[in-house]
Amino acid sequence: MSETATLVAPPKVREALLSRRRRGIVKDPLNEDNPITVQVLGICSALAVTVKLEPTLVMGIAVIFVIVFSNLIISLVRNLVPTRVRIIVQLSVIATLVTLVSEVLKAYYYDMYKVLGAFVGLIITNCIVMGRLEAFALANRPYESILDGVGSGLGYAWVILLVAFFRELLGSGSVFGWKVFHAAGWESFPANGLMVDSIGAFLVLGFIIWVQRAQNGYVEN
Amino acid sequence: MMQSNNYILLFTGIMTIVLGGLLSFTSTYLQPLQKKQIDLDTKKKILATVTSLSDFQTPDEILNLYDQRFVSKVINLQGEEIKVDEEGNPLVAEEINIQKNYKLAPEKRKYPIFIYQNEKSEPESYIFPMFGNGLWDWISVYVALSGDMNTILGVSFDHKAETPGLGARIASSEVQDRFKAKKIFDETGQLQSVRMLRGEKGLPLGPHEVDGMSGATLTGRGVTQMLKSYFSCYAAYILKKKRENKSVR
Repeated sequence: MSETATLVAPPKVREALLSRRRRGIVKDPLNEDNPITVQVLGICSALAVTVKLEPTLVMGIAVIFVIVFSNLIISLVRNLVPTRVRIIVQLSVIATLVTLVSEVLKAYYYDMYKVLGAFVGLIITNCIVMGRLEAFALANRPYESILDGVGSGLGYAWVILLVAFFRELLGSGSVFGWKVFHAAGWESFPANGLMVDSIGAFLVLGFIIWVQRAQNGYVEN
Repeated sequence: MMQSNNYILLFTGIMTIVLGGLLSFTSTYLQPLQKKQIDLDTKKKILATVTSLSDFQTPDEILNLYDQRFVSKVINLQGEEIKVDEEGNPLVAEEINIQKNYKLAPEKRKYPIFIYQNEKSEPESYIFPMFGNGLWDWISVYVALSGDMNTILGVSFDHKAETPGLGARIASSEVQDRFKAKKIFDETGQLQSVRMLRGEKGLPLGPHEVDGMSGATLTGRGVTQMLKSYFSCYAAYILKKKRENKSVR
């Protein structure tokens, strides 16, 4: 009897590992729903760490790591978390992961730790991370949550890397510490204080948002 | 059930134990590595005042060179060597926290000194760590004086939060090279220290002046302050060595 019942039940459709919907989860935050340029979250760190490309890259990787794993962990325990303390639970998970990143940096990459020290700690307060936990991981399965974390993390990383590229190029005349203008024969390239200041980050970020919105026709309503 | 107080207490309790356990495990596991990194960082900064570090690639090479060529001691404000602290524990110059000592009154501080020796174990230069305030947070420096106790051989700055591209330039070789060959005493033997000027003019400057950093006047002022106050703290030792080294020659 029970055998026939299982036969009658419609075969469970397995969603492809990277189905259209799942690709969308990763792709949306890269452009149309970008955490920095569209949702305008995580701006403080986008300003603070983007003077040079190298720390920006490390920061991007750290944020991706924290978002992906906090998304995964929260998604795994989403049915166990009491609603009334969910924010505290999310914060503790994020804070633990951020402390791990900072300790590892301190042990293996001390020079970078000295540059980024305070900012890595501030990932805890980065609204992108908590926003994803609250908006996505609490209601979705682990695999989707990982994809969402990768998408949001990359969406954050490419924007700050682009900002850092222009700020380092125009501010210090170098790319990843390599003196571009020096190599091109322009030895006296002056350091541009405006780009090095946070004002430079606002300008570059403004331009990126402008270009992006002109392209995809996004209008704030 | 999930909303009951007991469940919430149980859940947060377990969560605290798991996350706390994870953190303390990582911290204990990584501590020796972090200690080595900090040690390496200190020794690198000391070495950078007298040699070019690019010739030494691996951390172990740097640590080896340091052990071969450096002796260190701890002195007090009167320039006398002290070997043990108040509780009778032996003092190691490399482990003295300059930031903590900075907060004490000058006569209570312990001053580490690092002496760089040539192949024949004769002292070649004396390196003095210093600590002070920049614009946003602390700045620190290792100053290497040559055997005449007057000429600066090199400096190596560090800082916590000076503005990148402006005040943070004190840590670049471009700015640090400006201190080379400057003198801390004038002709009459008065301690003058070295001043960092306002603005960046690139003009030829006097023996006690260093070209400033454009846009970082306040950091420069902090540098001047730090050098002045610490040179006077080290003055007793510097003058003593100056006399000794002169009589040898």
